[in-house]
Amino acid sequence: MHLDHARSDTYDEERSEGQPDGSRSPAGTTPPSPGRGGQAPLRIGIGGPVGSGKTALVAALCRALSAECQLAVVTNDIYTTEDADFLLRHGVLPAERVRAVETGCCPHTAIRDDISANLEAIEDLQGSLPPLDLVLVESGGDNLTATFSNGLVDHQVFVVDVAGGDKVPRKGGPGVTRADLLVINKTDLAVNVGADLEVMARDAHAQRGNLPVLFTSLTEDPGATAVAAWIRELLSVPAR
Amino acid sequence: MTTSTTATTTPAAPTTPDRPSPPPVPDSFAALLLLADGRLPAGAHAHSGGLEAAVALEDLQDLTGLEAFLRGRVATVGHVAAAFSAAACASVRSGLPVTGGSGTAAELSRLDDELEARTPSPALRTASRRLGRQLLRCGLRVWPHSTLDELAAATRRGPHQPVALGAVAAVAGLEPRAVAWAAVHDSVMVPATAAVRLLGLDPYSVYAVLARLGDRLDAVATAAAAQAHAAPADLPAWGAPLLDVSTELHATWEVRLFAS
Ligand SMILES: Nc1nc2c(ncn2[C@@H]2O[C@H](COP(=O)(O)OP(=O)(O)OP(=O)(O)O)[C@@H](O)[C@H]2O)c(=O)[nH]1
Ligand SMILES: [Mg+2]
Repeated sequence: MHLDHARSDTYDEERSEGQPDGSRSPAGTTPPSPGRGGQAPLRIGIGGPVGSGKTALVAALCRALSAECQLAVVTNDIYTTEDADFLLRHGVLPAERVRAVETGCCPHTAIRDDISANLEAIEDLQGSLPPLDLVLVESGGDNLTATFSNGLVDHQVFVVDVAGGDKVPRKGGPGVTRADLLVINKTDLAVNVGADLEVMARDAHAQRGNLPVLFTSLTEDPGATAVAAWIRELLSVPAR
Repeated sequence: MTTSTTATTTPAAPTTPDRPSPPPVPDSFAALLLLADGRLPAGAHAHSGGLEAAVALEDLQDLTGLEAFLRGRVATVGHVAAAFSAAACASVRSGLPVTGGSGTAAELSRLDDELEARTPSPALRTASRRLGRQLLRCGLRVWPHSTLDELAAATRRGPHQPVALGAVAAVAGLEPRAVAWAAVHDSVMVPATAAVRLLGLDPYSVYAVLARLGDRLDAVATAAAAQAHAAPADLPAWGAPLLDVSTELHATWEVRLFAS
């Protein structure tokens, strides 16, 4: 018996012995998925500070997209399975489509400097599920300097929230300035915290040039309509 | 600039006769540094080598506790890992001219079985194979070699970490004794860095502990390297039962920061 097996949502290679044809490549490159016409699934990283709404966004995207594409999620919460448990508890995705990766106190390391555990989790999902179209990788809540390696994801979304203060976009950092999409979440709270959304929009655009910025309130729009549309657009474009 | 001529001139060897000659530098010293560096993207940062469990279950809280933990680790699983890494390295090196000679594959598989037998804890086996797989993934990209492809194909769940380390080291050009040092170094660095992150110990003090352990590490690495050509069954089998038990318990925790 393996104790780790008790946690069905924890990534564990004992359960991950491979692709349906049994030809798991333990250390090789990601096998292509026929889900997008033989292309590898689109991998999107979702990063941002603690509590900004990353898991809420992942849940929203699962609700919006799971009926129209083959979708799986990897989470990197520092507390192992917190984010994964949330997704399972809220029934937005079945357990076999969620993997949790432990990051040893360093969530940014696991998505940027040493991406091996995340790559394994993605391959594990690919090997155990029907061909995937989309894999969302949620980083652990970190600081404004955390950013995904392009060896791990194709595109990254950085989620900040209004409650963190309207200064956040001005502060910059690689997440704010370079992410493929900046999401400014919890707009419903702007009045409560005295945050000026126009200031945030202006600062974000100043930091990001032409890169897109979307405002969301996931409590008011639990399907994250605008972000889901952004991802649909990417899904329709052939992979690199 | 006065260096334009000296830059391309080999400096004269020191000729002081009463000075002992410097210790021989391992071959491919640069590769050894890469392989031994904790920043190598091979998954180790997510593991604590049993330290997280020891903090909670054995009340390891300070430098004294850390030092005792490291001494115990290097004398047991560290020594075993170093001997198996050196043996795997020797095996791959002997098969290198005829790449992936079946003899090499069979020897690596024997070493892997022997390590399995020396690792009673299923959670530790899982962690070791996961780390082995991740190291192999890294090695395949950094030092591509057919021997590594064959090792990956032969061990579906990934080889145990020391087997992977020995194989990757061999294709990186290292000798068994160099990889023994890398393995011993790894066996203390993983828990030591975890202690800094988990307990907030003063990093200078932690490195002072590591420096104090230097003679111990050298001795273990030397002993392990000397066994590189021993029969797999005769390689050391030191065990750390407390590590086995606490790793099993750790694997059941609801909340943990490290994978092992
Ligand atoms: N009012 C409001 N609350 C929100 C919104 N989005 C998320 N939240 C709440 O914010 C809290 C944190 O959301 P999460 O989705 O867990 O944030 P996270 O970024 O995943 O957090 P970590 O993974 O811990 O870093 C939860 O209580 C959510 O319900 C929003 O748009 N408006
Ligand atoms: Mg979260």
